[in-house]
Amino acid sequence: MMELFWQYSFVRYAFLAGLLIGFIAPLVGSFVVVRRISIIADALAHVSLSGIALGFLLGSLWPLAGQVRPTYYGLFFAIAASLAIEKLRQTYRHFADLAIPIILSTGVGLGVVLIGLSRGVNIDLLGLLFGNILAVTPADLWRVVILGAVVLSVLALFYKELLAISFDEEAARVAGLPIGFLQALFSAMVAVVVMTAIQLVGILLVSALITIPVAAALRLAKSFRQLLLFSVLLAEMSVLLGLWVSFQLNLATGGTIVLASVLLFLGVLFWTRWREGVMA
Amino acid sequence: MNGAEAVRVEDVSFRYTDRDVLQHVSFSLKVGDMLGLVGPNGSGKSTLLRLMVGLLPLRRGKVYWFGQPLASFRERWRIGYVPQRAGSFMSGFPATVEEVVQMGLVGKAGLLRPLGRQGRERALAALEEVGMADFFRWTIGALSGGQQQRVLIARALVADPDILILDEPTVGVDHEAEERFYDLLHRLHRERSLTIIMVSHDLGVISHHMDTIACLNHELLYFGPSDQFLLRQDEVVEAMYGAGVRVVKPALSSCAGQP
Ligand SMILES: Nc1ncnc2c1ncn2[C@@H]1O[C@H](COP(=O)(O)OP(=O)(O)OP(=O)(O)O)[C@@H](O)[C@H]1O
Ligand SMILES: [Mg+2]
Repeated sequence: MMELFWQYSFVRYAFLAGLLIGFIAPLVGSFVVVRRISIIADALAHVSLSGIALGFLLGSLWPLAGQVRPTYYGLFFAIAASLAIEKLRQTYRHFADLAIPIILSTGVGLGVVLIGLSRGVNIDLLGLLFGNILAVTPADLWRVVILGAVVLSVLALFYKELLAISFDEEAARVAGLPIGFLQALFSAMVAVVVMTAIQLVGILLVSALITIPVAAALRLAKSFRQLLLFSVLLAEMSVLLGLWVSFQLNLATGGTIVLASVLLFLGVLFWTRWREGVMA
Repeated sequence: MNGAEAVRVEDVSFRYTDRDVLQHVSFSLKVGDMLGLVGPNGSGKSTLLRLMVGLLPLRRGKVYWFGQPLASFRERWRIGYVPQRAGSFMSGFPATVEEVVQMGLVGKAGLLRPLGRQGRERALAALEEVGMADFFRWTIGALSGGQQQRVLIARALVADPDILILDEPTVGVDHEAEERFYDLLHRLHRERSLTIIMVSHDLGVISHHMDTIACLNHELLYFGPSDQFLLRQDEVVEAMYGAGVRVVKPALSSCAGQP
């Protein structure tokens, strides 16, 4: 394994990108999970498909538009969708669970139609859906570093506000916090993380990467700080384990990472059950 | 500071759907007043408080905090608000009692300012005041309903507000804790001339502890000193014409929610 690591740069890039994403995804994921909006990550991932497809289509029509990587079209779509979902959630409180699937389906529908239109363009559809960490280029890596730094700074700067609105939005409103601004900021951050993580595990598994380590950490954490700590540890373990096993056995990387996180989740679940049993 | 106006509610009406829940409610409190808000279930007490703190849109009427209209009142931390039945969302949330109480400081601290060690000390002090300091490190969901309620009171107190609004704070709190709670209110009132608005169904207890009573059943039926209220309670008719008391409506007995 170590030979592989030193021999091939793409293996190094894969590990670095994986570790970076494994760091930021559960941080944002912690807020996503405690706010019970896990499905939003899924919706944004699917919406980004239509953005990426549009990027390819435009690129094939006008070379100038092709200068912008399709990923950025996806990011733009995801941010727009995240703001739209937040708006819908605020406006139709009781139907929030309906707004999200509608946006998700719209994203997929549009994506499929656009991909159909850009026939002849070589789109790595499998890579989009299931991730393609081995195709990470130095440019991709830089993108992950920069976006990760942005997400980390926002989290650090607005930590207390984000925690307060996640715990009790009404109290935060009474206290005069700029709720609209904070919601929009957070939504945009989720969109950024989703887009970044797509390269690692693909559209279909992004929300799993964002939420499963947090779900496991939730069983262990006594405070919100612990939740952040444990979910990062579990996510990094999933990434390392997944990458290593998939290289060894020549398996699909994204799927293996997510399976590793599920395995860790089950381990934590049984362990806490067992501990409760012993205590009782 | 005493004698200055803390809050003024002017001709506030409100409806959720097609039926008026509040009709032409007006009153004002001075700094240091202790108001007991009573009325039967569904009479609009919580609605009135939620309008006053900006959780519901104020469409008809006006609310002024310390002389400023609600919409342009920026020092929101001066209002401590403890909602009715706040418990449910807390059970599964991974936060310690300390973290929850510190959330009460977020608005006052301002954006981009970490709470730091001072936040921790103030949280501990606020928990001390409600007798929950020993539970500092507990996960909020591991506490009983009454204990959670006391933590939320600490969260409302931690920013050192000038007014405390409590929507049935003693529901689910045992008798001893209730006594301690009223002691706390009286102490805060004495020491910081804290203004207090409190909803309760226990007419006897609340008119004993508060100096002013407001009686709501969609309309404000009574607003005045609590001793007068106790005297007049049984004698609705006399109260109607009683001198020095502002009796807005004759149906006083209906506001007690008990015959
Ligand atoms: N979100 C809402 N949508 C529609 N109607 C509502 C809503 N909240 C309250 N109401 C109605 O408004 C009326 C007043 O409710 P409110 O909660 O203010 O009463 P309350 O005096 O606080 O009662 P309680 O003593 O039970 O707490 C009730 O008839 C209630 O059905
Ligand atoms: Mg109520």
